[in-house]
Parts: sequence; C-alpha cells; structure tokens
Amino acid sequence: MIRARNLPFVATVLIFLIAYGLCALQFPNMLSFRVVGNLLTDNAFLGIAAVGMTFVILSGGIDLSVGSVIAFTSVFVAVLIRAGVHPALAFGLALIVSTGFGALMGLTIHALKMPAFVVTLAGMFLARGAAFLISTDSVPISHEFLKTLKGLFIQLPDKGKLSFLAIVMLLAFALGVVLAHRTRFGANVYALGGSEQSAELMGVPLRRTMIQLYAFSGFMAGLAGLAYTLYTSAGYSLATVGVELDAIAAVVVGGTLLTGGSGLVLGTLFGVLIQGLIQTYIVFDGTLSSWWTKIVVGLLLFAFIVLQRLILLISERRAAMRSAAGE
Amino acid sequence: MTHDALLSAQGIDKSFFGVKVLDGVDFTLRAGEIHALLGENGAGKSTLVKILTGAYRRDAGQMHLAGAEVEPRSVAEAQNLGIGTVYQEVNLLDNLTVAENLYLGRQPRWMGLTDRRRMRADAHELLARYHVTADPDETLAHYPVAVRQIIAIARAVDLSGKVLFLDEPTASLDAREVQSLFDVLHQLRQQGLGIVIITHFLDQVYQIADRVTVLRNGRMVGSRAISELPRRDLVSMMLGRELAEATGHRDPDATEPDTAAAFKFENYGKRGSIAPFDLAIRPGEVVGIAGLLGSGRTETARLLFGIDRPDSGQATVDDHPVSLHSPEEAIAHGFGMCPEERKSDGIVGDLSVRQNIVLALQATRGWARPIPRREADALATQYIQALDIRPPDPDRPIKFLSGGNQQKAILARWLATEPRLLILDEPTRGIDIGAHAEIINLIGKLRAEGMALVVISSEIEELVAFSTRVIVLSDRHHVRELKGAEITAEAIVEAMAVPGEAA
Repeated sequence: MIRARNLPFVATVLIFLIAYGLCALQFPNMLSFRVVGNLLTDNAFLGIAAVGMTFVILSGGIDLSVGSVIAFTSVFVAVLIRAGVHPALAFGLALIVSTGFGALMGLTIHALKMPAFVVTLAGMFLARGAAFLISTDSVPISHEFLKTLKGLFIQLPDKGKLSFLAIVMLLAFALGVVLAHRTRFGANVYALGGSEQSAELMGVPLRRTMIQLYAFSGFMAGLAGLAYTLYTSAGYSLATVGVELDAIAAVVVGGTLLTGGSGLVLGTLFGVLIQGLIQTYIVFDGTLSSWWTKIVVGLLLFAFIVLQRLILLISERRAAMRSAAGE
Repeated sequence: MTHDALLSAQGIDKSFFGVKVLDGVDFTLRAGEIHALLGENGAGKSTLVKILTGAYRRDAGQMHLAGAEVEPRSVAEAQNLGIGTVYQEVNLLDNLTVAENLYLGRQPRWMGLTDRRRMRADAHELLARYHVTADPDETLAHYPVAVRQIIAIARAVDLSGKVLFLDEPTASLDAREVQSLFDVLHQLRQQGLGIVIITHFLDQVYQIADRVTVLRNGRMVGSRAISELPRRDLVSMMLGRELAEATGHRDPDATEPDTAAAFKFENYGKRGSIAPFDLAIRPGEVVGIAGLLGSGRTETARLLFGIDRPDSGQATVDDHPVSLHSPEEAIAHGFGMCPEERKSDGIVGDLSVRQNIVLALQATRGWARPIPRREADALATQYIQALDIRPPDPDRPIKFLSGGNQQKAILARWLATEPRLLILDEPTRGIDIGAHAEIINLIGKLRAEGMALVVISSEIEELVAFSTRVIVLSDRHHVRELKGAEITAEAIVEAMAVPGEAA
C-alpha cells in the first residue's frame, strides 16, 4: 500500500506520465530519446537549483536568492575566464563564493531569529547587485575546456544524447536523495520542518543545521549558475530573474509540503520535468504562447496545495478514528 | 539521605525577578517507585521539575543522582546523566517516521550513512518491549496520541534510563489509553526506574503512585506513601487547611429562591473535557462551583458559555431549547462571562477603561451601530462610581490599573450588557483584600437584584459565604450538590476527595 505521505509524489509521477502520454498521442515524435535528452539538458540548471530549494523548503524555510546567485555566478565566471583564468579554477572559486554566501544567510537567519523569507530577500538583492557591479553587459565566453565539457555525452539510442549538463543534474538529484534519506543532516532538515521547538528538544543542532542547509542551497545555486553559463556560453547579470520561483513551483508540484516537513527530493525532479514538458509541448504545437507554461504551472501548484491539505485532513481524521476504535 | 534514594534534592531555592517560587524544597525519588508530584496552580511543581531535569538552574540547594552530586546545566546534560523527560505534547515530530523519532540524532550509521535497516530493526525490538506494534516506517502522525506517548517514553528511557519525568501524561487520553500507559509505567518500575509523574487526577494518583510529594506556594508540604494517606488528607495537604478550622461566615440571605429555573442544562458534557452533567439555574441564585485544579471547573464554564461545543445534552433557556455553540450565541441569550485568565482573555491592556467597559455591549450591537461617545462616557462614569474603580479615570489604559480594579472593569463590561446569567471564573484571584470584599458584596447585590450567577472559585470560604448552592467537581465529574445548611467548608473539601467515577 502507498503510504499517505508518499501520495503527492505518486500523484506527480502519474501526472507526468499521463501528460507525456497525451503529448505523445498528439505528436508521436515527442516519444523519442532525443526529446527526453533535450528535456533534461534544457532544464538542467533549474533542476540543480531545485535540489537545493527542496531541502530549504523541507526545513520550513525558503531561499529567494537562488535566481540572483545563478546570475552572479555566471557573470563572475565569465569575467574571470575573459580575464584569462582557467575555467576549472573559476568554477571552483564561484562555488566557494556561492556556498559561503548561503552559509552566511543561514547564520543570519539563525542568529537574528529572522524569517528566511526576509534574509534571503536581502540576499537576492545583494547577489543581483553584485552581479551588476561586475558587469552589466552580456559577457560571451569561449574556451577549449568548456567545449570539451559540452562535448561530453552518453549516447542514447535513436540519436538521443544524455548531455554533460543532464548528467550533472541527475548526479545532483542522486546526491540530494542520499543526503535527505541517508544522513543525519537530512533527518535534521525534516525535523526542523516538522517543528523547530520539538527538534531542538530532541537535540537537533539548530545553528549547525541551518548553516549547512543554506550553504547547501547556495552551493546548488552556484552549480546551477555554472550549468547556466555552460548552457548559454555567456554570463549576463540580468539573466534568470525569478528562477527561484520556478524552483519553488517545481518543489511543490513535486509533492513537497510548502510549509515543510514532508516531501521527496525525487519528486522535485518530476516537478521540473513537468514544467519542461509543457514548454516542449508548446514548441511542438508552434501556435501557443509560451505564457501557457506559467498558467498550467499555476493551476498545478494550486491543485497540489489543495491535494496536500486534503491528505492531511484525511489522515488526521483516520488517526482520530483509530484512536476512537481502540486500535 | 537514605541509601536507596535514586534522585534526591535538598533545600532547592529558586526565584524569578525577586519572587521566590521555590523555598527550601526537598525531594527524594527511590529506584523502582512511581512518585506523584502534586500541588495547585502556582505551587512550584513545574519549576521544580525544570530544575531537576536541567531546564532551569537552581539558586541554592543540592542534587544527588545515585549518591553522586550532579548539576545538570541543560536538558541534554540531564539526559546523559540518566534523567529523561516526556513533556505534555511537544516532544516528538509528527512528520517523521516512528523509527526516526526514536533515533533522531543517534541513528545507527554504516560508512557514514544512516543504516536504515538496522534502525528499523532496533525500533522494532525497542517497541516490542513496550508491547507496541507500530510500523517503524510509518509516519508518527498516523498513530493516536496514546501510542505517540508510549513512543516518547520509549525514546526518553532509551536515552536516559534511570529517572523518567512525565508531565501530565494522561491529560488527553481516555480511560483505556491511560490503562495501557500505566501498564508501561508498571513495567518500567519493575526494571528499577524511578518515575515522577505530574498530574491533576487524584484517581490516577491512587491507582498508580507509590508515594506522593505535595507542594504548596513553593514549599514542600510533605512526602508520604500513598497507602498511608487517605484521600481526604491528601486534599487538605494540597489546599493547605485543616478540616476542623475554617468555617466561612455565610451570607444569611444566600438562600435558594423559589423562582423557576430559567437556564437548564441536561446531560450536558464534552468527551475528554467534562462528564455529562445536569444543571438548572434560577434567577436570584449564586451557584458556586468547587473543585481542585483540573477537576473540570473551567471546562464547565467554557461549556456553559459556548466556548467549547458540547457533544451531548441540551440547553434550554426559559424552556426553549437553544444552541450554545459560540460565545456570540450565549451572549444573545443573555449570558456573560469573566474568564479566569484576566490578563490574556479579559482585558485589552492598551485600551482605556471606558473602551474596555463598553466592549461587550458594542459587540452585542454589532459594528454598524457604534455606541455614541456620550453614552459610553455615561456608562463608564456610572460603573466607575458603582463599582468604585480606582483611579476614577475612564481614559487611563486599563493595564495601568491594579488587578482588583481590572477585575471590576471586566465585571462592569458584562453588567453593561445587562446579562441574565453571569459566569465568573475565579473573580477574586490575585486581587487585594479590599477589592476582594467589594466583589463579594457585588455578587450578593446582583443576586438580590435577581441575576443568576455561576461562580467558580478555589477559595472555599468565599464559596461558602455567597453561594445558594455549591456544585463540587472531582476528576471531571459533578460529584455533589450542597444546599443551604449543608454548605460548609468541611463538606466541600470532603466532597472534593470523592473519586469522580464513584459519583
């Protein structure tokens, strides 16, 4: 039997499969490894950022700085590479900066007992402003090392490719799954999302967990920034505005409770894929406005929030009945 | 110190902001005993428990665990020493699985990663010792409170293992669940654990405890074996009066009126809150409600005023069946109520005395018909004079008034609505002697004017003085009704000691 807490996840997977099936009925070409490969590649940076966001939301927090950190990272590495720094070194530096930035936000949230919403909103403006400070132009980059990376892929049947970016995203999800379910850090994150007070009484180190949590989100946002840079071969400080909201939508559509404490990292992957699927459908159709993506995502978000509320109410009633029946 | 003392404390002092809440308290817990810690509100029970479990630091005194002096500086440190605590509700995480709740922060690991299989097996084995058949992988929210409580105990004992503190563990459990909890406690007692249980249910104290320690006003009244302590003596230890003394002076006019009952409650009750009761209230009488803390006094008031919804019974006003499912409905039928928690539920501190007085009247009229300033002024002046509210300044924010004057202002608020039935929950708590006498006089005056009053009080002499009838509560049952000459302090205390189920 499916446990109640996994119902939203199952619903997400079903929605994805059914939607994909419907698309394939209309456009049989969509049912190919090439489309699947592109779906993963095109959404790689969003998926990576959404892994970090999943943890933050599971803990009952939010990270609004993600889009800005992606933009900052892309400009930061583009300018470094243009100045002659080896891309590998630039990547490493960018990850250190974004992780440190996240850690600092986590520390601030804990030390000042401020809502994550407020602190990361400040972080959002800070990171965006810092990106502008480095360069307001789009900085194109080209380097042998980048070409090599972009050239890496796993051949799929039917001329499909699992690109380097898609592989990085899938690895990010694999890391997320292991962290969430097989480490004390993961359990502590879920505990925080359940109740900060109870978690503290049960010995969860609040300060450490909070710093680790936002550092992880910062790291993933930085990695997403690198993926974005590789994807577009440029750094631009005006890019990826509002990506944190897409990431939040992917997390919630993926079955994670927006108030924290319940959800699966793997669900987020399907949340990202559903968003990508709608975009692919629009491309195939050719006549629809791309704003339909937002409308469908909005409807799905609403449906999921209602679904989770219903599951909660039903399971509470069941628990009450069990109690009354003397089970 | 006897050699079999597991946890002992001598001369514990604790003050908050210069007010002494614990004064030289001694406490001794033996291995393999269940020890009930009793006392009325403000006796210092929870402060003592917090000191013994490391949540607070003591100002003075000594603490020994198994003969060695200890000084726990945090709950975690106390836990490592062997002292575990299960708080009332906020202890576990409903969104985690049973196994994760049991092993959070100490998950078994293999190569740095959580060994989920072993954690599951450990959880299974641990719960089997408590005869709980919970699926370790199921979310905790799936299980009823009673099972969660036992899981919390399992975690606490597994973590600490010598002493277990339980803060009101049975507050939200039904009789059968209480029994299975007690089975677990018996089992732990046999394993040599020392268990301290805080509860308000005297029935349960006699059912499970080996010894009791009673606190009153921050001092230890005594520590006795339960087998040598009749229920009557326990109640007088808690209340702090010898039964022989204290015969209150009755108001000679406090006799039952011969009017017909205007407010009737038949078989009125709410599961888990107060057992169904019958109550008929006539105009011109004062029904006193007596009982120990947790006996269902406030619960009765909340039910009468529609704050809680009854799940059985029917209320009638003037022989018409009515629904009292919200204070709004109750007010519409002419009810008024002054709550026990004056500061949080009664006054609106930043509003002026005048605004506080007209509040209930305005609420009955609705926001569309504001009370004109002139009328509000007149009402405020009238009640400030009538009840002698001091200082007589209607514009002063009410939070700057003394407790007694705040109480008078709240009374004025309800009197302004001209209620037919007024419920007063602890109207004289925390107010000075002068105001105390005035409020008691006022109760008598309102009765004489033909108002029906229900007055809850823990001051027994006070109930004796003004009540025309006294209903005595015990363990959430209305156990006795005393009338006329039967109303004496002795009879009330005697009735309070009656086990609730026996009624």
